[in-house]
Amino acid sequence: MKKLSVCVFIVFSMISFVMITPTWSGQKKPSGCECLAPAGAGGGWDFTCRVPAAQLMQKLDLIDGAMKVVNMSGSGGGKAFAHVVTSRNTDESLIVAASAATATRLAQKVYGDYKADDVRWVGALGMDYGVVVVGKDAPYKTLDDLVNQLKSDPRKAPIVGASSVGGWDHIKMLLVAKEAGIKNLRSINYIPFDNGGKALLEVVSGRAAAFTGDTSEIIGQLNAGEVRVLAVLSDNPVPALGDAKTAKSQGYNVIGGNWRAFYAPAGISDDAYGFWVSAVKAVAGSPEWTELREKNGLAEFTSFGKDFDTFVRKQIENVASISRELNIIK
Amino acid sequence: MFELLLNGFSVALSGLNIVLVFIGCFLGTVIGMLPGIGPINAIAILFPIVLQFELPPSSALIFFGGIFYGSQYGNSISSILLNVPGTSSAAVTCIDGNPLAKQGKAGPALAMSAVASFSGGTLSIFMLIFFAPYLSKLAIDFGPAEYFVLMVCAFTALTGFSQGSFIKAMFSAFLGLAIATVGIDELSFGGMRRFTFGIRELGDGIDFIVVVIGVFAVGELMLFLSDFASDKSQKIVPLNKVLLSFKEIKESAAGILRSCVTGFLVGVLPGAGATIASFLAYNTEKKLAGSKGKFGRGDLRGVAAPESANNSSAVGSFIPLLVLGVPGSETTAVMLAALITLGVTPGPTMLVDQPDMFWGVAASMFLGNLVLIILNLPMVRVLAKILLVPRWILMPLIAMLSIVGVYVINGSEFDLILMLIFGVVGFIMRKTGFPLAPLVLGLVLGGLIEVNFRRALTYSYGDYSTFYESPISIGLWVITFASLLVPLIFRFIKKQRQ
Repeated sequence: MKKLSVCVFIVFSMISFVMITPTWSGQKKPSGCECLAPAGAGGGWDFTCRVPAAQLMQKLDLIDGAMKVVNMSGSGGGKAFAHVVTSRNTDESLIVAASAATATRLAQKVYGDYKADDVRWVGALGMDYGVVVVGKDAPYKTLDDLVNQLKSDPRKAPIVGASSVGGWDHIKMLLVAKEAGIKNLRSINYIPFDNGGKALLEVVSGRAAAFTGDTSEIIGQLNAGEVRVLAVLSDNPVPALGDAKTAKSQGYNVIGGNWRAFYAPAGISDDAYGFWVSAVKAVAGSPEWTELREKNGLAEFTSFGKDFDTFVRKQIENVASISRELNIIK
Repeated sequence: MFELLLNGFSVALSGLNIVLVFIGCFLGTVIGMLPGIGPINAIAILFPIVLQFELPPSSALIFFGGIFYGSQYGNSISSILLNVPGTSSAAVTCIDGNPLAKQGKAGPALAMSAVASFSGGTLSIFMLIFFAPYLSKLAIDFGPAEYFVLMVCAFTALTGFSQGSFIKAMFSAFLGLAIATVGIDELSFGGMRRFTFGIRELGDGIDFIVVVIGVFAVGELMLFLSDFASDKSQKIVPLNKVLLSFKEIKESAAGILRSCVTGFLVGVLPGAGATIASFLAYNTEKKLAGSKGKFGRGDLRGVAAPESANNSSAVGSFIPLLVLGVPGSETTAVMLAALITLGVTPGPTMLVDQPDMFWGVAASMFLGNLVLIILNLPMVRVLAKILLVPRWILMPLIAMLSIVGVYVINGSEFDLILMLIFGVVGFIMRKTGFPLAPLVLGLVLGGLIEVNFRRALTYSYGDYSTFYESPISIGLWVITFASLLVPLIFRFIKKQRQ
């Protein structure tokens, strides 16, 4: 009995020692880090946690030991967001994968009353730019052609995508339509599918007029010559898409894409926040990441710390404003 | 093409891949056998390990493939022995498998399931190799309207239930449909929350596995407890017969073949799946057997058909995955997500860029099916003896597996509560003689039938003629009506003769 209590004492003191150890004092690298992926294994958020965070932060010697990846799916990331705010608010060893979908859902109140202020936005290290794509035999040659059809008779131009109605893929198309001066955004016929691949088959077969989605979803069909890109929603042409024109160069000033990023709990110290910002910055600047990023069809895009925080808020405001126009939110 | 196939074999027979096929098939059988943990969760759990070892994409797919079709072998075992399907696609196997076990014929039922799985699996690999490019065209031609008609066709499987219980079967199926409506409606602006009663967790809908485990496994447990309390001590079923006779195989051969083709075609369509395949195959065989069959009361053909179909459907679902880069089922969706993380670009270029993947996987399936039949046939004797294990030992084990299997999906306690609720539902249904399989059918079809109906009508702006415009839809309507009318006509002719 005495032996047992001694053992318990030792174990407890070890645990408390580990917990008390100031992981953020000066140069010391943090240990026992965790990345929370708000969805199941495989897919965007899981990738963000497993590859740039877990794999590269350890490889680049930014953290001590391995980084644990935890999958927590539910409510389109809402479960993980709520978990971070309510029970991990001061956990300095935690970062969470995020993307444009996170911002969209915050803007549309899908996460209930949670706001962008409830977490700290760390940084982004890649972008899957939005694209508008048609089948290889489609009559539309330019974005103007498609927009004119949408203006004259939207019934003849069903649009497909992978997000739900009012979701990010749908909104990207509506941003183009709004820029083109289409007043009744609800007149655009949008049909959601389970994933980008299935939605793309709708334009390959000719059932749908156009597909709105992300670059990485279309590379395969594009290289096979089954689809054409009408526009990519980026500032500059995206190398992976060949000579595809940007929407901007065709007179539609719409930039949109699915960025890959991280947030951290709101209650962590400035030191800890500063550490995560610099760690993500270090990964984003590494040649290892450049290689893996390109392999996964992501374009270059970086934004950190305060800049990134402003970026996220601006996107949330944009999505909120178009969502109000659509009567999705009040 | 032979060159490519030979190359595929050289990929499949390389040291690492042989080991992966073995481990995959073995794990698959076990995972399939255990109610709760299905291939989707197994692959999701194993994926980080694959990433850690930096396996090449073709090896990862060979491994995951082994787990997937291996689970279609194992899933009938608990259906037959315990009346609890290992995965949802084996829910149909319960209908005849479990009565067989109760008659002391667990051995032949298990052996038949292994033989049918092997035949269905192997034959479908040939179809995969020869017809993949043509069949991928079929996957493209299937639009929302065609899917809707296919689902209607699958629904006629309900008429396969005998007249007396037809109303009960309908009720059971509608309960499944109702459960499928719970959650956020992705097709409405702003995501309408349907039947969520303000409960946040219900927004994601009710996970399929939670319902299946609830009504089958937990329901069975409650039934056991109630029998135990009323002192109806379950007598142990003697094992009358262990081996399968050649005559029995011969009787089922045609059915296995037909089910294999049905299963494969349904598998090829991204958006149908193994569960629908097994229902369609069972229904066809039952209708063809007519009154001569003992379907529903323990017919070996009722085990052979769904098992052949769900295995060939698993193989078929690799066509959209590998030829088009589009996942054909939830399991292949997880596989594709894993491949993307490993750096594979999804799309039709996969076949050209990574020929090792298609041909390596096809070749490994031959090997895998051999491994599985060698693994499964001798196990029949051992497995059949599970029935001799006293229930008070077996039941707590099932309880444990159920809880783990449900918890592992989302790590949510709420799912466990739901599981218990559905357990009560399952218990009441069993007590009152409502069949459980139609509930699974309703649940699977519910979401698909609605979403495709609405997509098709959104395309056509509410014009219903979209449902009988294409030759595929018309063909499917013909099959649907034939399946409803032919048995009636036969019955009428028979009456006239008497």
